[in-house]
Amino acid sequence: MTIQFNDETFRDDYSFRNSDWAIKRFPFPFHEDSYMYAVNMEQHRGGPEGSVYEKRFDVDEHYVSEMRDRAMVLADDPLRCQSLPHMTLAGWDLLELIMVSKSEDYPDLFELHRDGNQWRWINKPLGIDDSFTFLDETTLPYGPMEYITRQTQGDFCVLDQRDDMLWMDAGMVTTQADWSLDFDIGMNFFEWHAPVPLAHEKGIFVRALKFLLNIQQGAPARRLNWTMTVNPLLDTSPENYHKWGIQKTTLTPENIGSKQHLRVELQTFFRLPRSNALVFPIRCYLCSFQDLMTMPKWGRRLHRVVRDLPEELATYKGFIDNRPMMLDYLSQFDDGQPTSPGVWPDFETEPPLKT
Amino acid sequence: MSKFQFPESIKSRPVYGTLEPRPGKAHLFVADAEGAEAIIEVAARDAGLMAKAHIIYIPKGADFADKLHALNPAQFYEGPTYAASVQRLRHVLENAHQGLQVYLTGTEGLMGQAQNEAMQAGIPHTAIQTEHRGSVARRMQCVHCKGITEDVMTDPFVCSHCGLNLFVRDHYSRRLAAYQGVCIDAEDPGNVPEPVELYK
Amino acid sequence: MSAAPQKAKPGGQQIPVVVSAVVPLNDLVTRFEFQRRDGGLFPPFSGGAHTVVEMKDGDLTRLNPYSLMSDPADSSTYAISVRREDDGRGGSLFMHRNVTQGDEMMISYPVNLFSLDLRAKKHMFFAGGIGITPFMAMIAQLEQSNGNWELHYACRTESLGTYVDVLSYKYPNKVHVYYDDQKQAIPLEDLLDGQPLGTNAYVCGPKGMIDWVHATAQAAGWPDAQVHSEEFLKPEPGKEFEVRLCKSDKTITVGENESLLEAIERAGVEAPFLCRGGACGQCETDVVKADGEFVHRDHWLDDEQHASGEKIMPCVSRFLGTLELDR
Ligand code: HEM
Ligand code: FES
Repeated sequence: MTIQFNDETFRDDYSFRNSDWAIKRFPFPFHEDSYMYAVNMEQHRGGPEGSVYEKRFDVDEHYVSEMRDRAMVLADDPLRCQSLPHMTLAGWDLLELIMVSKSEDYPDLFELHRDGNQWRWINKPLGIDDSFTFLDETTLPYGPMEYITRQTQGDFCVLDQRDDMLWMDAGMVTTQADWSLDFDIGMNFFEWHAPVPLAHEKGIFVRALKFLLNIQQGAPARRLNWTMTVNPLLDTSPENYHKWGIQKTTLTPENIGSKQHLRVELQTFFRLPRSNALVFPIRCYLCSFQDLMTMPKWGRRLHRVVRDLPEELATYKGFIDNRPMMLDYLSQFDDGQPTSPGVWPDFETEPPLKT
Repeated sequence: MSKFQFPESIKSRPVYGTLEPRPGKAHLFVADAEGAEAIIEVAARDAGLMAKAHIIYIPKGADFADKLHALNPAQFYEGPTYAASVQRLRHVLENAHQGLQVYLTGTEGLMGQAQNEAMQAGIPHTAIQTEHRGSVARRMQCVHCKGITEDVMTDPFVCSHCGLNLFVRDHYSRRLAAYQGVCIDAEDPGNVPEPVELYK
Repeated sequence: MSAAPQKAKPGGQQIPVVVSAVVPLNDLVTRFEFQRRDGGLFPPFSGGAHTVVEMKDGDLTRLNPYSLMSDPADSSTYAISVRREDDGRGGSLFMHRNVTQGDEMMISYPVNLFSLDLRAKKHMFFAGGIGITPFMAMIAQLEQSNGNWELHYACRTESLGTYVDVLSYKYPNKVHVYYDDQKQAIPLEDLLDGQPLGTNAYVCGPKGMIDWVHATAQAAGWPDAQVHSEEFLKPEPGKEFEVRLCKSDKTITVGENESLLEAIERAGVEAPFLCRGGACGQCETDVVKADGEFVHRDHWLDDEQHASGEKIMPCVSRFLGTLELDR
């Protein structure tokens, strides 16, 4: 399969669009008609063909444009990519993991040629052909983590593991759901999760941490998280919140279908071999409400989830003020019929909307 | 005696304890204002402590220098401001050895910044003792312009660098030694509530 | 969440290997080298990692953890060094007596519960006897990145000084050896004194040595977080006891010479594990009912949890009486 890369923007005129293919494979995050935080983790060992779960690092039609957007964010604010000095080795681990995975999973797009520590990396979609010495920082234009994550969709947190704890000691974060790497760098697992409501009390983070500390080489894991974003804006950072926050007030009953996006993060976890660090890629997928509504099951379910979501979560996720308008819109797509279990759209079997 | 009971909060917010004498090769105290009282108390608990102690004290208008002097620490330094004292602090830490005990007491801003210096020098933050005394003012970082505003007493407040109206979060960064301030009127420009004193 | 959730295999992924060399080093210690059966390269690993070696000993499957002591940068070969424990439970004797070059075995992916703190200004290693093995890999790793380290190594006698020769030859200024029979001892207090801030100490050896290093460092004012140790507990024999496995609806008897975990596995019940040494927490199991007395031996649960009687670590802990588990 060759991917047709879109030429689109995630700011200003927001020309971002999902093709029918991208809508069909959108990682809809709700497996039932309600939602609550849980330790929802599973092995990351492939998934159905064509799904976003299939490859170790999913590449899709937005790749080239997302990388362009990332370069713009970094030009404006280099603090979005940071690595504490002891994390360089983990950066090389990550570079190796991504280069090996992508060249094996997408041989038509990426090539890696290795002769000992002399490596040649070819990234065809971005027009890159670089030769460098593995583990020698002087042979790359950026540090190893920055170099490879400028070429890989999604944010990346690289966690050092010490004293039975994970520490956020490096990261590339430009497509975040309103949190700041510059502020959180150096924190531990409980500290950077401090602002999350309800989950601490439910013991979710204690159990999640135990799971993560034991993630082994060769046995990656994954989970989904989600939030809401007005306009397909990738960089919803606290740094720029005083600029983009106002966009939340531009929703109207007429434009909500195209402007309101469900934002889903496919989060994966890999143990890094040389450094014993853990890498946490957070891949962001956006889909407008109107595109989601083309799948009758998703329409019914999204209405029910948004309607019944606890207030604390709607506030934390930043859409409490817009919830009534969302519900007005979504209720048109909920005819009360039951939904099938699981996240898949089940387009062929699920009944069409009763009007 | 001004020991303030901070309300329970989120996990990133620092929790302060009570200084206690610990075995060590040397003892470094950094304090401001009423922090002096905590030093006097811990010194009273261990007669040998002061013989190997170095006290760096910033009075901030308080009047304890004589009492600290009277403890007879091996070294005593009174600095006019933290900024003026930090070179000395760094020098002491650079030349220190494993087994140094660090005791920080006084305002949150002072403890946070000194803790950061000690961590940079190689001491894990869990091994650094802290005790809050005196003002409950906060050291705030503006998440937008990154500027630090010292001694913030109200919520919301105005960023002393970029002028945005910021609300005070409990989310705290040890690396920055600051709490996070976030624009309060981003979604409704101009609608800024009256500032309220912290913990009121 | 998605469609194809596969369950992780307990103990993590395994690698089929062939024993490529068996090298006796002295009366007690032998090195075993492995290569992949598919001819490929091993995954890189970090200094301090171990692998769990699976031994097919007749009807018995033994799973023992050993530190990887080869150079982490060398992906062609993994090596472990095994000390023969004549009074042990038989794993090391099996390795010494039954394993020969060309044998096919299974080993686990590397797992690291004893990693370097890469922020450290300096690394001080304290090894006792066979406790030298994780440091062999750590030293190789640090040498590649110009790390600042020194080793203090206590051995019983010169002839039992495993790897003393290579180490002293390669790093004459960094390696310090102390022989028990020559009444030499690690001058720990002096060594800990005057180290630059940010120095980390690591100790691997007998329990007494580990406790001694922790206590001495603490008394000298060292932060606990900068003293690291690895002690693989071995399951200890004990009185036979009976266990009801509620979820699997089975009742098993744990024999004198096997661990609770081994007995569960023998009954065909899948149970998670990683280290099999009471350190990783992976085997933690909920207790449904307990009639008798716990013999907790792990380093994972805290005192309060031990006292609660609600959890047990079946890789090393036992029970006197009858027990019901949520497994
Ligand atoms: C080590 C990898 C992880 C990293 C780096 C990470 C990072 C983060 C960050 C930075 C936030 C935003 C907090 C804020 O508001 O400032 C967050 C939110 C959250 N995290 Fe994690 N996380 C990790 C793993 C997990 C795991 C394993 C769970 C499993 C339960 C989890 C559950 C959550 C939840 C429930 C939220 C709130 C999200 C929302 O409602 O939108 N995280 N995480
Ligand atoms: S298997 Fe690691 S603690 Fe039991």
